[in-house]
Amino acid sequence: MSKYNLDYLDELEAEAIHIMREVAGQFEKPALLFSGGKDSITLVRLAEKAFRPGKFPFPLVHIDTGHNFEETITYRDKMVERIGEKLIIGHVQDSIDQGKVVEQTGKNASRNGLQTVTLLDTIALHKFDACIGGARRDEEKARAKERIFSVRDEFGQWDPKRQRPELWNIYNGKIHKGENVRVFPISNWTELDVWNYIKREKIELPSIYFAHNRDVITRNGQLMAASPFLNMDDEDIVEHKKVRFRTVGDMSCTAAVESDADQLDDIIAEISASKISERGARMDDKVSEAAMEDRKKGGYF
Amino acid sequence: MNILKFFTAGSVDDGKSTLIGRLLYDTDSILADQLEALQSSNRKNDDGSIDLAILTDGLRAEREQGITIDVAYKYFQTDKRKFIIADTPGHIQYTRNMVTGASTAKLAIILIDARNGVVEQTIRHSYLVSLLGIEHVVVCLNKMDMVGYSETVFNAITDRYKTLAADLNLKDVTFIPVSALKGDNVVNESEYMPWYKGRSLLHFLETVDVAEEDYGLARMPVQWVVRPQTEALHDYRGYAGRILSGSFNVNDRVTVLPSGSSSVIERIEIFDQEPAQAHAGQSVTLHLKDDIDISRGDVLVNSDHLPKRAQLIEADICWMDARPMDDSITYLLQHNSKLTKCKIREIIHKVDINTLEKQDAHEFKLNDIGRVVIKTADELAFDVYSENKANGAAILIDSRTNLTAAALMFRAVAD
Ligand SMILES: Nc1nc2c(ncn2[C@@H]2O[C@H](COP(=O)(O)OP(=O)(O)O)[C@@H](O)[C@H]2O)c(=O)[nH]1
Ligand SMILES: [Mg+2]
Repeated sequence: MSKYNLDYLDELEAEAIHIMREVAGQFEKPALLFSGGKDSITLVRLAEKAFRPGKFPFPLVHIDTGHNFEETITYRDKMVERIGEKLIIGHVQDSIDQGKVVEQTGKNASRNGLQTVTLLDTIALHKFDACIGGARRDEEKARAKERIFSVRDEFGQWDPKRQRPELWNIYNGKIHKGENVRVFPISNWTELDVWNYIKREKIELPSIYFAHNRDVITRNGQLMAASPFLNMDDEDIVEHKKVRFRTVGDMSCTAAVESDADQLDDIIAEISASKISERGARMDDKVSEAAMEDRKKGGYF
Repeated sequence: MNILKFFTAGSVDDGKSTLIGRLLYDTDSILADQLEALQSSNRKNDDGSIDLAILTDGLRAEREQGITIDVAYKYFQTDKRKFIIADTPGHIQYTRNMVTGASTAKLAIILIDARNGVVEQTIRHSYLVSLLGIEHVVVCLNKMDMVGYSETVFNAITDRYKTLAADLNLKDVTFIPVSALKGDNVVNESEYMPWYKGRSLLHFLETVDVAEEDYGLARMPVQWVVRPQTEALHDYRGYAGRILSGSFNVNDRVTVLPSGSSSVIERIEIFDQEPAQAHAGQSVTLHLKDDIDISRGDVLVNSDHLPKRAQLIEADICWMDARPMDDSITYLLQHNSKLTKCKIREIIHKVDINTLEKQDAHEFKLNDIGRVVIKTADELAFDVYSENKANGAAILIDSRTNLTAAALMFRAVAD
């Protein structure tokens, strides 16, 4: 009898592919939530590995806050063309126009929180019963508790006290009408794993992940890209700096880090040495210790 | 580099969360902003040092009550290995969450408070470890700082545990005296226990052999049939799935179950690669020489090593739902990608998990463990759990609520 070990990236990849194929096999109308960030780009790669040369058994769904980095949208459209799959866009602007949500005001205004409503409406409109997302357990401690198949009620809510047991690699995707399941194939990946995978697979990324020169202002100790979406006043001093983004979301809540890393290897070296977590670069998590848990209970990704 | 998944078990307050915190802290795996949040938290140890347990207690209710309710997963790595830790709750009422964390683990760390020795919870957790067939067990005698780092205490408890381990048929058991709070023998070797000749916990975790045995039971449940149906790929028909156990080679004869038809592997695909062989754990797409009817829920197996096939099956069961077992209703049974209907035919016994006594039983409630005979609507192609975990386990789903009601570990064909 011989013995063997799978390399860790191969194991993580095989697990993620297995999870995606379970989604395909168990649900009627699944979707893949695509944000344009590196985690969802990784998901697209994994979907190719799971289903090619066939088509994806789900469309990509982008919840668009309207406050995007231009580079992300350019990337998204190019990618969709390359893979030849369907893209559905839910616009936060529509939710605002319909009066379902109210735009925040004030200096720290952001559309990040409004996304949840648009997401839930998009899910309801298309009757999606499963949404694949790129959340990872190492990001945040409420996420560290979430199942890979995470059942949400009709209101999109996560109830951490009533999670189903999740045994072995058997995923129970049975739900009642109106409910849906959020599925996280890369739950067990760390930020560094994602970067190493991107490198191994030679996956192209939006340019904002790499060091570039940009006008930024400092807010609450963090570097924010100067943009029309940021409510700026006289106190905000615009500086020109070499920066990159570790995570990509809405322009009004994604902070940059000063960096010279313009190659994948440099980024990987920088992250390995980094002493700040990825979520530390997001204003939305700074609010309270239970910020993510509360947002998830409310239907967030 | 490979991955080791392990979990921690022990009674409430034995120091599970502290131990994990210590592993992360001493391997420099805690990032500055997380550390800052820890330092500013008002949950502190009596001596004012930071409470490492809050690193894993991620839910509001857990922080409020100071206990672990659900499994938290933590990740760290050294230059030898990557680790995935499941911090599982110790309370009896959260047994199902512990089983969740344990079901995917290769190694169990059982904590014992050196002041208390082997207690009821130790027995219960060790029983679960044996039931779930966890390959390696490390018993950490924690809080050694509170018993004067005494060798006598250590020996007395390990002797007691060895009897238990023999009763439970646990195979690979290692004992390490530690102080999670002070850091002795967790990552760094302790200077207070010169009598202990072994290495630290981390050293053990880094070196324990967890390679998969490549035994002959090749099994691959079909999850999805890839059919592009384009002009260029008109005849393409690939069976996609993750290999549960064993390995498949091109030209191997395989049998499709439950139909029993057989064919030969023509090609193995892993995306753009076409390897001649694929192993357990890999997600692949298989192509067969003959055109046979195969769909999701079928399993491809090596024709020389067929699994058992039955509708009446004896299984160990762990009940996980607040609604008690009901032998008058029909459940759904999910065995990898196979879904079928199922009834409980007979309760053989229930185990008192604190004393390990087998008892007659008429009902099964939340967290009860025992043995039953089930009857399935379709025939299952399974292996005995103790011989091949991956193809020997299933879950029951209550179709009224859709909740996962029980974990099943197959033992034998019943008559
Ligand atoms: N003196 C001492 N106290 C410890 C040790 N490990 C844990 N504790 C304390 O025991 C209590 C319970 O620890 P915790 O990690 O929350 O236990 P859990 O319920 O098993 O997760 C806390 O007050 C810890 O500070 C140890 O090695 N020595
Ligand atoms: Mg704990």
